[in-house]
Amino acid sequence: MRLMAQMGMVMNLDKCIGCHTCSVTCKQAWTNRSGVEYVWFNNVETRPGQGYPRTYEDQERWKGGWVVGRGGRLQLRTGSRLRRLMTIFSNPVQPSMGDYYEPWTYDYDTLLNAPVQEHTPVARPESMITGKPMKVEWSANWDDDLGGAPELTQADPVLRKISAEVKEKFEQTYMFYLPRICEHCINPSCAASCPSGAIYKREEDGIVLVDQDRCRGWRMCVTGCPYKKIYFNHRTGKAEKCTFCFPRVEVGIPTVCSETCVGRLRCMGIVLYDADRVLEAGSTPDPQDLQDAQRSLILDPEDPEVIRAARRAGIAEDWIDAAQRSPIYALINRYQVALPLHPEYRTMPMVWYIPPLSPVVDALTETGHDGEEAGNLFGAIESLRIPVEYLAELFTAGDTDRVTRVLRKLGAMRSYMRDLNLGRPAQESIAEAVGMTGRDVEDMHRLLAIAKYEDRYVIPTAHSEHGPGGEEYASGCSLDYDGGPGMGGPDGGWGPFGETSGGTTPIAVENFHMLAQRQTTDTIAAPRDKSQRVNLLNWDGKGAPERLFPRRDGEARPTDEPTGGGTQPGEPGSLDHDPTSGDPEPRP
Amino acid sequence: MNPLDVVLWVVVPYVAMAVFVVGHYWRYRYDKFGWTTRSSQLYESRLLRWGSPLFHFGILAALGGHVVGLGIPTSWTEAAGIPEHAYHVVAVGLGAVAGIGTIAGLAILIYRRRTVGPVFSATTRNDKLMYVLLTTTILLGLSNTVLGNFVGEGVDYRHTVSPWFRGLFYFSPKPELMAEAGLGYQLHALSACALFAAWPFTRLVHVFSAPLGYFTRPYIVYRSRTPQLGSRATARGWDRVGSSRR
Repeated sequence: MRLMAQMGMVMNLDKCIGCHTCSVTCKQAWTNRSGVEYVWFNNVETRPGQGYPRTYEDQERWKGGWVVGRGGRLQLRTGSRLRRLMTIFSNPVQPSMGDYYEPWTYDYDTLLNAPVQEHTPVARPESMITGKPMKVEWSANWDDDLGGAPELTQADPVLRKISAEVKEKFEQTYMFYLPRICEHCINPSCAASCPSGAIYKREEDGIVLVDQDRCRGWRMCVTGCPYKKIYFNHRTGKAEKCTFCFPRVEVGIPTVCSETCVGRLRCMGIVLYDADRVLEAGSTPDPQDLQDAQRSLILDPEDPEVIRAARRAGIAEDWIDAAQRSPIYALINRYQVALPLHPEYRTMPMVWYIPPLSPVVDALTETGHDGEEAGNLFGAIESLRIPVEYLAELFTAGDTDRVTRVLRKLGAMRSYMRDLNLGRPAQESIAEAVGMTGRDVEDMHRLLAIAKYEDRYVIPTAHSEHGPGGEEYASGCSLDYDGGPGMGGPDGGWGPFGETSGGTTPIAVENFHMLAQRQTTDTIAAPRDKSQRVNLLNWDGKGAPERLFPRRDGEARPTDEPTGGGTQPGEPGSLDHDPTSGDPEPRP
Repeated sequence: MNPLDVVLWVVVPYVAMAVFVVGHYWRYRYDKFGWTTRSSQLYESRLLRWGSPLFHFGILAALGGHVVGLGIPTSWTEAAGIPEHAYHVVAVGLGAVAGIGTIAGLAILIYRRRTVGPVFSATTRNDKLMYVLLTTTILLGLSNTVLGNFVGEGVDYRHTVSPWFRGLFYFSPKPELMAEAGLGYQLHALSACALFAAWPFTRLVHVFSAPLGYFTRPYIVYRSRTPQLGSRATARGWDRVGSSRR
């Protein structure tokens, strides 16, 4: 047994309202840069829908993930290593910009500098790739909230797998949201595809990262990842991906997407797993058994045997403790209500999902039934086969029973807790009907419905002896890094081959320079003719000092001689000619 | 010996070689982040699908031809019992195929770079200089093969250019040999020197990243985050207890 710790996440889809706050804050934190305009480390998809990039789940086309080859051996869907190297000069299945979208901005100058005119000026969209005017035809969330349905939804690869009858009914039924980040897989196919060996899995917490100094831009990882969560930075020519906000996680705070989630639907924690059995689990013949194989990899942190193995593997006591309190272990293995996204890709993803139940309850209530009564609810889950089939294609490789089992547990939790909330005696039979105890149901309710911050996020810090180096730590000077202060920033920081060359700059330093630049070089805050303007802060309101108003065209220029009689001593207008008067404008 | 010959066939090649070697070392030390293919496939792949493999496989074949033609003395092939004529026919045949493939690929790639908007706007001045040097060198090389063998009479480069080239590496340069070679070969050699001198400072460095290690490494790479703590190297005198002295 080779025991390793793995960071993971569970998202409770019942609570996702599709507000995209996670996407926006993630973008602000990580991909608000040139070259990654189209990159969303976190995105929220409406299901049914095509996803981002379009139809990425169609692995017949995009060739992501692993397959079981001849002799039951696990191999990448793109074939052998030699085959990948032979296609290195032109990757046959790399999504193009059109499969994501061409990022654009608007010609705001036209609005800001428009003269007085009869017609309202229009800011036309401009491509951020070519700088030319463009027609906006697609974006990361073009089919948000079923926009463009049913035409656009028909291209959904998940929907195409399920029967025609279901398809017809689907758009009348309901939709739900699916927030996605990198899965930080236990058996990452992106890392296996990388010819340079630049993508690695961290031994300590299993976070999958791209070494920007070793990536050579061969692009095989983009194809290798079945979730299409590796993006190519077209400016630097390097692959980039979700970092699981490692600088934050290392100091014990949750990722930006989790922290800012208004629905509080994300749980983060660690699990302990047996790295020796990963290959065996990934080679499970029946894809529907893959999630059980993955569950069996994840070890019980209360088991004394496991604790001993963890200590032998050098895992610290606070990490073992965190594994025991881990919300994701509870949801994945103890209550078994979380399901992996597309286990059939065989990458052993570590971002799991609790399938949505709410629409079932709402649908029941609309028909006049008591939507939260256990009997009604269980019956409804069975009969509302449409979403279950769709969910099964997403989370269980098509096995509806496993989804139903989870939905029944969620339904049981609602019924059981309702009795408690209404002051009725608890019905242990409801919990028993789904193989749980009342105590379990209450614990699960606390985690999912009350969802306290400290219950949702159990993140052990990277070790204190490593601590002071943690990038986001306030102790120590953030400018004191290899190369020294002043090395970063837009002017001084580039290597001789433009902005993409030279060493990487710590995020704290980049932020520092960005703020400094914003505060110092904005032309509106420091107009060229500032020295000639009247300083209104020093003006006593009497009279109209010279240059209080801008000159009209054709008006005679007053003399600019310093000895000229244009300004009387003591007149406020003279103040800004005085070199000693100082600059009352706040300076950064 | 003409002093100009010494400058052109001794000084220039050695300077180019020195810049090539030291330049790569310096670039690797200083600019690992900029060391990339800077692929433009994200912008356009229809033309790239033809142009890029044609060019790359062509230029790899041409590289192999140069290794054989410049590196292996005539005496060796004769000792192996390969008649001069047979060697020549094979060399010219394969060389022409590789050269034409390379040129066709390069033409497609340059056409693509100029006409596809996003690709053109991603082209730097550095790239343009590199394209000029690369194209000149390839065109001169191909014209030597074609003009020398199909049109005019061939210059026997195996007795002039090749010994001169090898002489550079065992530090007994023979500039007089290169002075005898035809103008085509001389221009090709000079433009190649310019290309090699510019090489470490262009995107061509990706040649040295050919991922051969991929065949031997395990699929999944595990790395510990401890070697460097945080974003800065440990200050001198503050090494951790037990760290090795290197």
